Amino acid sequence: MHIPDGFIDGKTAAATAALSAVGVGLALRQVRRELPPRKIPLLGLAAAFLFAAQMVNFPVAGGTSGHLLGGVLVAALLGPSAAVVVMTTVLIVQCFLFADGGVLALGANIFNMAILGSMSGYAIYRLVGNYLPGIRGRVTAVAFASWCSVVLASIACAGQLAWSGTVAWSVAFPAMTGVHMLIGLGEGAISALVFYAVAKARPELTTNAPAQPARSFVGYGLLVAIGIALFVAPFACPWPDGLEAVAAKLGFEHVAKESMAAPMTNYVMPGVGSVGVATALAGIVGSLVAFVLAVVLSFLIVRKEPTATKTSASA
Amino acid sequence: MSGIHFGHNHTPYAPEFRPTAGVCVPFAWLAPEWKLAVMLTLVVVTAVMPLTYWFWHVGAGALLIVLALVGRVALKPLLWRVLWLLPFVAGAALAAAWHGPTGPGWPTVAARGGLCLLIVLIFAAVTPFGALPGVLRRVGVPALLVTTMALMHRYLFVLVDESDRMRRARTCRTFMPRRKFGWRLDAEVIGRLFVRASERAERIYLAMCARGWK
Repeated sequence: MHIPDGFIDGKTAAATAALSAVGVGLALRQVRRELPPRKIPLLGLAAAFLFAAQMVNFPVAGGTSGHLLGGVLVAALLGPSAAVVVMTTVLIVQCFLFADGGVLALGANIFNMAILGSMSGYAIYRLVGNYLPGIRGRVTAVAFASWCSVVLASIACAGQLAWSGTVAWSVAFPAMTGVHMLIGLGEGAISALVFYAVAKARPELTTNAPAQPARSFVGYGLLVAIGIALFVAPFACPWPDGLEAVAAKLGFEHVAKESMAAPMTNYVMPGVGSVGVATALAGIVGSLVAFVLAVVLSFLIVRKEPTATKTSASA
Repeated sequence: MSGIHFGHNHTPYAPEFRPTAGVCVPFAWLAPEWKLAVMLTLVVVTAVMPLTYWFWHVGAGALLIVLALVGRVALKPLLWRVLWLLPFVAGAALAAAWHGPTGPGWPTVAARGGLCLLIVLIFAAVTPFGALPGVLRRVGVPALLVTTMALMHRYLFVLVDESDRMRRARTCRTFMPRRKFGWRLDAEVIGRLFVRASERAERIYLAMCARGWK
């Protein structure tokens, strides 16, 4: 999902860079305020760990292999703000050392994978974890949240490519989201397995993630909302190609105006409405399937619930 | 946080660009700030230049070849890396071909993507990564981010080696893992790696304090 250079245009690069700068600034402030000094080296080590973990290849059918992405895993282990800092560091190093992801696209990549991926993933992890008890619940939460974060990041990525006028939304959205709904399954499975391995070895590492006050999420929520309004909302409308042409030709302000008008046209046109409904239905069904798979996975991984709860309680 | 010095580093190069012993750093007379500035300028101009100004793209390509030769960049790993990343560029160029007349078109996307890739890879080959955190801090990047980056780069290869050792220890001690458990065993290694990394972080903090870090 690393966007290379030359794929997004100036306005997208500038907008994503600004959003990422604000988001990373928020995360740094929060980490400085909440993380005790003795935990600061852990940020660097966690980033190095993520890099090393990404080099472990998991065989998939047909000779292909995949690897961990890890945004939600780190968020679940260290807390969301620390995860944003760690993911940002990894992305910067990947960009400058290995040319994975472009220099100009760095802002977009940080927004998609570090901020949107970690933050939305962590929010879903806490939400699911609150309703499902015990270690099984947390393993389910990590698996499902990882799937969601990969899919959400891919949607934002498709929106940025479309907003730049490089790839049409009607091509980018189904291709990116379809592929990443599958990749997300692998990511969810690996994240859950690793999370459970850490929980078995050092239960206190998986339960002591600092609980964040709700108001600390307001800033991130606002950033994510602005991002969605810019990259995704203009295209969730009847005629993607027409609007895309408008976006490409007229730029920023007109895109915003069109995005205001879009929902109404969606309701007015019955044939078009059904396309939107079909997409929404596919999304809901996909999420439900992923959630059921996450629950099944947690039962497969965590065999004996009583001992597991005992160890987590003793921590 | 301000007490850490980013000077010499044991592993200043990405593994595939590590020079053989005795070869000096290419363009060592040029400060890393200037290398970074040149790289950023080249990338920005290349990424926004339309293909109608084709002489820019041809000129940049020629300049890159000269830089790679003068800087004695190891060509084989460079080409492997380009080949490894090229499918992504090709895939997006293919998707851009569907777009019709409004977009930049696939030749532009392919040319921009390929050239920018080369620019960054050559920059990475002639600049020790250990110099980068210092530059970023002088530019005004927050110290916490720079510290994280420096620590990450310092321990990156340590942890990669450690995970290799763990995998080797597992294979020589036990068994050929049944295919069914392959993922679970790999995940176990990664989980243990996180535990070891966090323990190492505690020791690093104590060592930093012992050396007067504040």
